[in-house]
Amino acid sequence: MAREITQAIVDGVLIGGVYALMAVGLTLIFGVLDIINIAQGVLVILGAYLSYSLFTKAHIDPFIGLLITIPAMFVIGVFIHWAFISRLRGTERTSMTLLVTYAVGLIIEGILFKIYGADDVQINPRYVNSSVRIFGFYVGWVYIWGFILAVVLVAVVYALLYRTRFGRSVRAVMQDETAARLVGISVNKVAALTFGIGVAVTAAGGEVFGLTNAFNANSGYDLISRLLSIIILGGMGSVGGALGASVFMLTLESVVTIWQPNWAVAVYYAALVIVLVYRPTGLFGRKAVRAQ
Amino acid sequence: MTPVSPVTPVSPVTSKRLGTTAKGGGLVLLAAIAVLFPQVLTNPSVTNYGVLALIYVTCASAWNIFSGNTGYISIGQAVFYGSGAYAMGIAARDWHMEGTAVFWLLPLCGAVGAIIAVPFGLIALRVRRHTFIVITIAVFFIFQLMAFNFWFTGGSSGLNSPFLSWPAATYNTPFYYIALAYAAGSVLIAWLVRRSRFGLQLRAIRDDEDRARGLGVKAMRVKLGAFTISGAITAMIGAVWFYYLNQVEPQTGFNPLFDLALVLMVFLGGYGSISGPVLGALIIEPLTLWLNTQPALSGSVSEIMLGAVFLLVVLFMPRGIIPTGGEFITKIRTRGRPAVIPATTIGPASSGPTTPFSSGPPVSSGGAR
Repeated sequence: MAREITQAIVDGVLIGGVYALMAVGLTLIFGVLDIINIAQGVLVILGAYLSYSLFTKAHIDPFIGLLITIPAMFVIGVFIHWAFISRLRGTERTSMTLLVTYAVGLIIEGILFKIYGADDVQINPRYVNSSVRIFGFYVGWVYIWGFILAVVLVAVVYALLYRTRFGRSVRAVMQDETAARLVGISVNKVAALTFGIGVAVTAAGGEVFGLTNAFNANSGYDLISRLLSIIILGGMGSVGGALGASVFMLTLESVVTIWQPNWAVAVYYAALVIVLVYRPTGLFGRKAVRAQ
Repeated sequence: MTPVSPVTPVSPVTSKRLGTTAKGGGLVLLAAIAVLFPQVLTNPSVTNYGVLALIYVTCASAWNIFSGNTGYISIGQAVFYGSGAYAMGIAARDWHMEGTAVFWLLPLCGAVGAIIAVPFGLIALRVRRHTFIVITIAVFFIFQLMAFNFWFTGGSSGLNSPFLSWPAATYNTPFYYIALAYAAGSVLIAWLVRRSRFGLQLRAIRDDEDRARGLGVKAMRVKLGAFTISGAITAMIGAVWFYYLNQVEPQTGFNPLFDLALVLMVFLGGYGSISGPVLGALIIEPLTLWLNTQPALSGSVSEIMLGAVFLLVVLFMPRGIIPTGGEFITKIRTRGRPAVIPATTIGPASSGPTTPFSSGPPVSSGGAR
């Protein structure tokens, strides 16, 4: 039993890294634009399909294909922001953006259905089922590579946020949009780039998701409900919180799966309810969700 | 409508009386059309449109009672719809009910909806805005998960309703009248809520919850009340829908598209108004049904269309047909002169009718719009 649990924890931590990547995108977008991007789940699936197509049609290894898919998803993100989100103004803006991203997600999902059909697919390079034995536990190479990729990309995002001029303006906008505007930061540009980055990381998230899971256009719903729980648990807008909550929740899910495979996903919602009832700021957040 | 002051160009008394007469006549005409519809057009494939459109009129109105008045946008309304359908299915199966007797179960389904709404609301209504929407999505997924996994819900194949031995040619007609009754009831309740002190409290919460609370509105109780009413109506019509289609599955009962469709209908027609959701539902639902029957547009095209229409509405007509159209008519009637003479000259003059009411319909209005 102890052995199974340890194995589950190892799996959970590794997958948690990948979810952290997707959640960081979502929480960054929230922090800067005050938007919850409901389309994030579908965009992950779009990223997965892009990698899938590159692999099956052009025989490009999915990890190398990221060099193409990450910029592509960045452009898509900037486009979505330019075409729909930057156009919304007024008092109901926050609710509206949520619905707009929902609609965008729906359109993308419909298009993916049209192109790829309803059958589940998985990205299947040769190494997908090979694993390595570490301290008596078998760990798939894909999980290890995915985890390393996630760590690297999260580090890049962190460096971008805390070591560059752009990152400083992003953080300024997160703290106080009006003040940022007053000191000469082009808020719209920062918002567009942040949205682009938030969507770009879904390319990597989707690639690893496509390697480790069978997916179809519908899988986005499952993803977005998990991601939303994670960023609320982590405290909305907190990058560190999103990392912590991803690893914590995925590990918890992985452990619960040992006993209750069908109900494991309920841990997200249960955790969400418990957190909101007892600690509305999220596990790691400082700003009260309720006050927003 | 906008408040009429004695110095407006159009004589206030006559225009108001005319408006009331026109409104009354319109309502009678609409009711007559609605009642006669299945008698004139007896083709089942046509009445099918009528039944489903009325089911959505009911749902959209019910959604608007809570979300339109309070500004808390719920994307978890399918929780009630599906629960109502499942409650009906489980009760009819376990109590071996047959024939038309099952329709006595409808109030029970409404009660189930209300019972679900209370804990759902107590948790979700603690938070506002984004987080509220996210919680409603989360609860929605919990219910879908439960429908898939509980031992009494029939798993992924769902439930089938007992057979109703009605002739196929007129099978839809009784359903049409049941749905019509529910639609009328839902609109009536929406109207009553709007006119009442309760409705005023709800709209005060939408405009500024903290201030409303400061003025003595028991915010939680009021919100929960509206949420429960909305949930009960939706659960009952969900049960009717289940009987009409003869089956419910986890993906159809708890369908994310259902929620988005409701929001789209209300936003298209006019968020927070009485007639807006009705109009929106009467436009969107037949359109979706028709699109689904077109062989050239098979599969996911209706989904794409729904999303695209939604984007167009939100970007270009965010206040919906009814308020936008109402403004347009006012503009024509007053020939471009401001309908309301500004009370003071201090501050910005209300050059357009939108300025004072930018956060939604005017609170001062009493009647159905």
